[in-house]
Amino acid sequence: MDKLNIQLVTGIFVLLGIATFTYQAVSIGGVSFSEQAGYTLTARFDSISGLREGAVIEAAGVRVGTVSGISFDPDNYQAIVSLRVNEGVPVSEDATASIRTQGIIGEKFVKLSQGGFPDMLGDGDEIAATESAISLEELVGQYIFQSDAAQ
Amino acid sequence: MRAALEKLGAVVLGWLEHTGRTFNLLLLVTVELLQPPYRFYPVVRQMYFIGARSLTLIVVSGLTIGMVLGLQFYNILQRFGSVDLLGAGVSLSVIRELGPVMTALMVVGRAGSSITAELGIMRITEQIDAMDCMAISPSKYLIGPKLLAGLLSVPLLTMVFDFVALFGGYFVGVVMFGVAEGSYVNGMIDTVEWSDVRIGLEKSLIFGLLVTLICCAEGFYMHLTKAGSQGAEGVSSVTTDAVVLSSIAVLYSDFLIEALF
Repeated sequence: MDKLNIQLVTGIFVLLGIATFTYQAVSIGGVSFSEQAGYTLTARFDSISGLREGAVIEAAGVRVGTVSGISFDPDNYQAIVSLRVNEGVPVSEDATASIRTQGIIGEKFVKLSQGGFPDMLGDGDEIAATESAISLEELVGQYIFQSDAAQ
Repeated sequence: MRAALEKLGAVVLGWLEHTGRTFNLLLLVTVELLQPPYRFYPVVRQMYFIGARSLTLIVVSGLTIGMVLGLQFYNILQRFGSVDLLGAGVSLSVIRELGPVMTALMVVGRAGSSITAELGIMRITEQIDAMDCMAISPSKYLIGPKLLAGLLSVPLLTMVFDFVALFGGYFVGVVMFGVAEGSYVNGMIDTVEWSDVRIGLEKSLIFGLLVTLICCAEGFYMHLTKAGSQGAEGVSSVTTDAVVLSSIAVLYSDFLIEALF
């Protein structure tokens, strides 16, 4: 095969490889070059067990943002979660953030429930009302130990 | 007793020497490649041979593996009534594990064996010594382009493999068994993260380097091994060694990468 043909076929091969890589990185891997417009809220939880960075934030079942950071507050022994909420999704001052599970063994996500206050939270504000992750084991444990104590 | 120990020691020393020689070659070629003159066309030719000519094999095997995975996962998930996880299962196992490993093994079988045979024959017919006499560095001229081409081609092939395997899984799940298209595609998007794609890419880079390095070193240094004195038979035996060694290297380094990162 002559030189030109080899270069042509190799070029097609390289383009094919780069195209499939881009598809995987952008479409499946979720790499975005421009960060979606939005604002960041924080929330404190007693337990976020199982929640990971990049987890989904849902309001009424619709995806409205992602968990952008998780840190630990040693003073109160609480978890501080940064929530990146999309532009155009208002969150009122008395909204509730709760950690829920998709199905019984599914992934953890943050559920936002809107409150009734007219004032909305802005960038960097904290959501005061939170509900921690529900641990099935703890619930069962409580039940067992309570019934032990009652006897 | 002593004779047995000596034999054992000789085997171990031989293996250590073998490994050292292989990685010495990597260092040597890296240093040589950094010095001018830079020649690009030989790299393109090797990429044509290692990469472009392997595309058919990669596409066919990717499609088959994707379809098999789709079938297997479907059968298992169906029992738990969670066929919605099909896309997640297929895509995660293909992108993280099967894509890089299968591609590397395919490249070993198709291109690696012929690299070893080519270099081995050049060695026994004294073509490599002739280059030395003409003050052409055989490691730079022969091995440099192959290493670069392997390093570039294997990741590209892996990406093609992943894509085709995902399509194979999609075909079995959505077209044949009627899993909802949205749950397949969204399961894939939700589960696979950039870190998974990145690990797949890093693995394939490492595999590409390892496979071409081992296959080149086996052929290039065949005169230093016991088989090297046996002429044509020696070439066939180092080619077998190269395939076995690089397959083991791929599988074991896959385990190491998975355990460490």
